[in-house]
Amino acid sequence: MAQAKKAKLTAAEKAQLKEDKKALRNAKRAKSIDSRPFAEISTIKVHRRSKKKKRINRSVGGDLVLFFFLCVAGILSALPLILVINNAFKPLDELFKFPPNIFVRNPTLDNFTDLSVALANSTVPFARYLFNTVMVTILGTVGHVVIASMCAYPLAKYKIPGGNVIFTIIVYSLMFPAAVTSIPNYIIFNWLGLIDNPLALILPMIGSSLGLFLMKQFMSQVPTSYIESAKLDGAGDFKIFWTIVMPLVKPAWITLIILVFQSLWNTQGAMYIYREDFKMVSYALSQIATAGAARSGTLAAVSLIMITVPITMFIISQSSMIETMATSGLKD
Amino acid sequence: MADKVMVDNQAIKKRRSFREWKEDTARRLDIWSRKKPARRKFWLNKTLYLMMIPYLALFFLFTVLPVLMSFFLSFTYFNLLEAPKFIGWSNYLTLLLDDPIFIIAVQNTLIIAIITGPLGYLISFILAWLINELPDKLRAFVTLIFYAPSISGGAITIWSLIFSSDIYGYANAFLIKWGFIREPILWLQTEKYILPIVIIVQLWMSLGVNFLTLIAGLKGVDRSQYEAAAVDGVKNRWQELWYITLPNMRPQLLFSAVLQISSSLGVGAVTTTLAGFPSINYAGHTIVNHLQDYGGQRFEMGYASAIATILFVSAIVLNKLIRKIIGKVGS
Repeated sequence: MAQAKKAKLTAAEKAQLKEDKKALRNAKRAKSIDSRPFAEISTIKVHRRSKKKKRINRSVGGDLVLFFFLCVAGILSALPLILVINNAFKPLDELFKFPPNIFVRNPTLDNFTDLSVALANSTVPFARYLFNTVMVTILGTVGHVVIASMCAYPLAKYKIPGGNVIFTIIVYSLMFPAAVTSIPNYIIFNWLGLIDNPLALILPMIGSSLGLFLMKQFMSQVPTSYIESAKLDGAGDFKIFWTIVMPLVKPAWITLIILVFQSLWNTQGAMYIYREDFKMVSYALSQIATAGAARSGTLAAVSLIMITVPITMFIISQSSMIETMATSGLKD
Repeated sequence: MADKVMVDNQAIKKRRSFREWKEDTARRLDIWSRKKPARRKFWLNKTLYLMMIPYLALFFLFTVLPVLMSFFLSFTYFNLLEAPKFIGWSNYLTLLLDDPIFIIAVQNTLIIAIITGPLGYLISFILAWLINELPDKLRAFVTLIFYAPSISGGAITIWSLIFSSDIYGYANAFLIKWGFIREPILWLQTEKYILPIVIIVQLWMSLGVNFLTLIAGLKGVDRSQYEAAAVDGVKNRWQELWYITLPNMRPQLLFSAVLQISSSLGVGAVTTTLAGFPSINYAGHTIVNHLQDYGGQRFEMGYASAIATILFVSAIVLNKLIRKIIGKVGS
């Protein structure tokens, strides 16, 4: 036991030495990562990241138990993902085999060729659906993240008359079941002339309450002293928001991007959009898949394709999420 | 030639006059704002208000207005074809006193919400907390695995494959193979199995928005606090969790609690996908299903709005309760 402790200590010392070596490199890296003001903050950020390896208050037994728990839970939640991937490559006879296999035995691309045949027969070229979805997804995601954050910043960091009431309304609106607002929404879209217009999918997404709530919660953790000192340096409110607060709450907007992207990617929009050439990919694919048991293979291929883009997006954004300085460094 | 010069001059004049007008108005507003402190405050913070306006306009138009409209509709009879007819509290009275299926739906929703709400919240938090200790690359991968159920809307269909009633369903196939049962069980057509299956799937789906938020929130907790705490005598990870991690994450905890309430009371898609619509003997019928029944099938929008309002009010009550509990964390 004592030996183990000694080993840990030396390990800690080694880490300390390594850190000193890295300090210079970190400073350089920090400058290359972002060229925003407060470069010294960034330096600390990278510095801290390397410090993370020092583990305190952790017992090996606890680690093992928790690791085991993580494994079991992980297998449980990965199972359907594995099924989706495998089913997409199964020939029809394997999809209906008894007892069913989780893993594919004779992988084939038949499902995908079937899908492409079905797509080739559609009246509107598939690229058109893809264009619609990509456009709506990008505009909606960027719009929501930027506009909702812009509104969240004053609500989180300033005492604005009526601010609390506005925020409470926004939070409560999250609890209203969406199923019943679709009819009033339709009436409003009709009134604004937005039926058959992709804006009918983009604008409500930009004005949805999830992002504002999320951003406000994270922004409330940004130390007020950062904002005050930036103000003393003569930065305007918008500049403070964009160059100081937003980089500090990066984990928040990365999460938000994932959430909004995913929900827009899967929108069918069938309620507000009737023109065939304005419809979404997920609508086109679901139409193909509704043709019954014979299309089971195609359905599996569709599921795989629809899941791929959000997953890619997810991996890219999650791995770029490093520790921020929202609560460290300066203290109020 | 002379004409053109004239036009150019005019354009310049116009532009200059616009700028002058702008400056003039700004000056005038500035003077105007000095008369009262409230006005002055407003004028000095004008950038903040300008930043809020785009969102608030969209929010009002596409969220507040529809909700207000459906509040109004809940006091009417509205079948989408005729104009809404005002009928007072009648919808609410029928709903609470004379709709046995609504009572079933409330019971089912409560059972699902009471089990999946706190449990899902706990699972999300514990997993997020464990994952946060992993190195960056591995963490992104593990997060993906846990978030996978939510990443595709169609993931629930996997469960209808697993609990399929014929021998091709995975659950039946494995149970038969291992000799537990001889004949396939009609999982999703048997009353007593529907609710437990829905609860399992809902729990499995619960690693969604909250989970990601909590992970992001954990990223924001200051590392040096842990070091300081270790010096101050915090002995193990549980104490660390209670005294440092949780109090630091109060905003995120609150956020995910609110979402958890609305998602666990709003269970609907899971039951429809798994047990069909309506489910056998309404065994999996939830409030949202009831709402969809009246709103989407019978086109009684007034009645559906009344259901929505009741759901809304109960969510708000729950929210107030949870806020109090989270306020006590770490004390």
